[in-house]
Amino acid sequence: MTRKQRRLILIGSALGVLFVAAGLTMFALRDNIVFFYSPAEIASKAPAPGTRMRLGGLIKQGSIVRGENRSVTFVVADAEREISVSYTGLLPDLFREGQGVVAEGVLVSPTSFRADSVLAKHDENYMPREVADALKKQGHWQPNEPKK
Amino acid sequence: MIVETGHYALVLALALALVQATLPLWGSRKNDPALMAMAPSAAIIQFILVAIAFGALTWAYLTSDFSLANVVQNSHSQKPLIYKLSGVWGNHEGSMLLWVLILAFFGALVAVGGRRTPQNLLATTLAVQGWISGAFLLFILLTSNPFARMLPPPAEGNDLNPILQDPGLAIHPPLLYLGYVGFSITFSFAAAALINGRIDAQWARYVRPWTLIAWIFLTLGIAMGSYWAYYTLGWGGFWFWDPVENASLMPWLAGTALLHSATVMEKRDALKIWTIFLAILAFSLSLLGTFLVRSGVLTSVHAFATDPQRGVFILAILVFFIGGSLALFALRGPLLKAGGIFAPVSREGALVLNNLLLTTSCATVFVGTLYPLALEALTGDKISVGPPFFNYTFVPLFVPIFLAMPLGQVLAWKRGDLLGAAQRLVVALIVAICGGLILAAMQGEPVISAVFAGLSLFVIVGAFVEIWGRISGGGLSPSVMFARATGLPWSAWGTAIAHAGVGVSLLGLAATGWGVEKILAMRPGDHVAVGPYEVTLDKVEPRPGPNYDETVAHMTIRSGGNAISTIEPSRKFYRARQMTTTDAGLRTFSLGQIYAVVTEQNSNGEIDVRLYWKPYVALIWIGAIIMALGGAISLADRRLRVGVARRARQAAMQPAE
Repeated sequence: MTRKQRRLILIGSALGVLFVAAGLTMFALRDNIVFFYSPAEIASKAPAPGTRMRLGGLIKQGSIVRGENRSVTFVVADAEREISVSYTGLLPDLFREGQGVVAEGVLVSPTSFRADSVLAKHDENYMPREVADALKKQGHWQPNEPKK
Repeated sequence: MIVETGHYALVLALALALVQATLPLWGSRKNDPALMAMAPSAAIIQFILVAIAFGALTWAYLTSDFSLANVVQNSHSQKPLIYKLSGVWGNHEGSMLLWVLILAFFGALVAVGGRRTPQNLLATTLAVQGWISGAFLLFILLTSNPFARMLPPPAEGNDLNPILQDPGLAIHPPLLYLGYVGFSITFSFAAAALINGRIDAQWARYVRPWTLIAWIFLTLGIAMGSYWAYYTLGWGGFWFWDPVENASLMPWLAGTALLHSATVMEKRDALKIWTIFLAILAFSLSLLGTFLVRSGVLTSVHAFATDPQRGVFILAILVFFIGGSLALFALRGPLLKAGGIFAPVSREGALVLNNLLLTTSCATVFVGTLYPLALEALTGDKISVGPPFFNYTFVPLFVPIFLAMPLGQVLAWKRGDLLGAAQRLVVALIVAICGGLILAAMQGEPVISAVFAGLSLFVIVGAFVEIWGRISGGGLSPSVMFARATGLPWSAWGTAIAHAGVGVSLLGLAATGWGVEKILAMRPGDHVAVGPYEVTLDKVEPRPGPNYDETVAHMTIRSGGNAISTIEPSRKFYRARQMTTTDAGLRTFSLGQIYAVVTEQNSNGEIDVRLYWKPYVALIWIGAIIMALGGAISLADRRLRVGVARRARQAAMQPAE
């Protein structure tokens, strides 16, 4: 085997692996990414019901209703719109009214959302960044809200 | 006064770093031994100065000196001593100072341990190291000064983020930083080699221990971080494909590739350009990790504070070092002569395949981590790339690595025999198939777990096939075999053990499919079966802590009706920050774990409980420790210490008697 042939095999296998990796990446990026929406964006962009997404906003005061078997409904709001969310399961430590929240799940109708996970947040200063940005855009953001 | 001394020492360290970055470089250009000799002394003194600064900050934390803004924001006088100590790096400023301390520590180690390195290479390496520490010292002093005062000093501090008040904080960041920053040494050696234009097999030998050290600590640091997340976040998961985790995984993948390609360079004088590139890549990814975590681009528990100025500064450092080193690489790389040739089927060929797969999988992690950031910057669309992405890209690329690992070990250098190698692995294959079938029969669904468990057994057994071949032989007595085993080079044992560690971790990962999860509401006295055990909630009661109030659930674990252990999952409410954390109750039974988390008590006296039985889960972290152990054994190989080759040469030059 000549040096040239060896080099061809090397380059060929390198390209092969890269090709496979690129294919896998394209495939995974097409089917396995989830877009983030705020309630206002759902109203303006009107994604089809059944779309899988992340919904983020603030939990509206007084909207948390706990039902049987750890089911819970609450309203996620931003300055313009509200969406009611239903969820069954355990909630993260910092799930409180007035706090930011990100829920992942399926849009049932333009005003209701079924979550299959509610994301855990690490501390009380940790506003999910998407939520903070969405609120900032609407001019309703106070970076240093006083602690209760 | 102590604080001012620390601050002053930090400024001096910066000045010295600038000296270290320039004069030795000039000296090596002009071949001036006096200028070059400055580098080791400068590196050692710089370490002492940064250590003084770090000591001063630690002192301020221990004495709760609330005239320092940093201490006020992150400490509390009632905080337990260990968290006062580890709290030093539980914030942005302190953690950057730890970063620089470790950087200076490695610089000093190179200065002390590198006396046998050619003076030219040593001086240039330490000069590059001086550039790095200069940049980061400047960053600390300009944007993240831990010694900033707060006047008038408040009476009490804000306390440390409760989630960080854990023994993990004392261990995880130092280990991880030893890994991250350890790659700065290989980077500096690579840059120095490019600047000096001399790269040979000997270079790989100088760099080998540093790569190994960095790799060992990074392995342990990642494993520790994953275990910490596992027991503290309360979701039973240990790896979330979170960008912060990926930031540590990428340098690990590049570093692992570097470790293997450096072997080829050392033994066969081949893959030189590639090895240099990997040395640059590993540290570049460490810098990228630092940028992602520290700049506030990502919001997570790791981003202590977000300040755009800092982000821009770190980005500038990133661009300067990655861009600069790659430009240097492009300029000087073509000058390197290609070395030894080898057939595609050979030990070298297998190591090239390993490198290809490792770097490609690293690239997929890179895409998955940075694509959302890039997309948001370009289009404003916010997306999240979750575990499914990595399951479809990373996992398929890693499976061939597991298959090729034992194969590569039994192939000969230069020209291997694939059929012969496969025959030698028949034992491993039989064990893998039988073990997989037995586990499938014992544990049942899902089948994929049994398949991966079989693969892991193949990796574990296959790791020792090569060593077994060197020890055993037709009818040798056990004592001869023992003598042969102890006579083998330590690096051979290190390789086998580290590879087996990978298999052990894989077995733990495979077994996650057999886990059991129960979510339910329990009253005191209730019991529930979880996997092979039964868990009873005995009572829920409050328990006071130093700076928190705790609600503890007492649970008893029974097996076949006999109480075998108790666990106490709890929730802690931290008074100063008004926030709650969850402490999982964990008990290990023959490598599996019972894992319990409780949530708030409901009004009707019930408490929501999440219980898991996780068979063999401990193997995930034990495997990482075995990998690190293999690395350490390899590091201890006397034959491969720097300078041995020269001593051997000198011995050979002695006149024959």
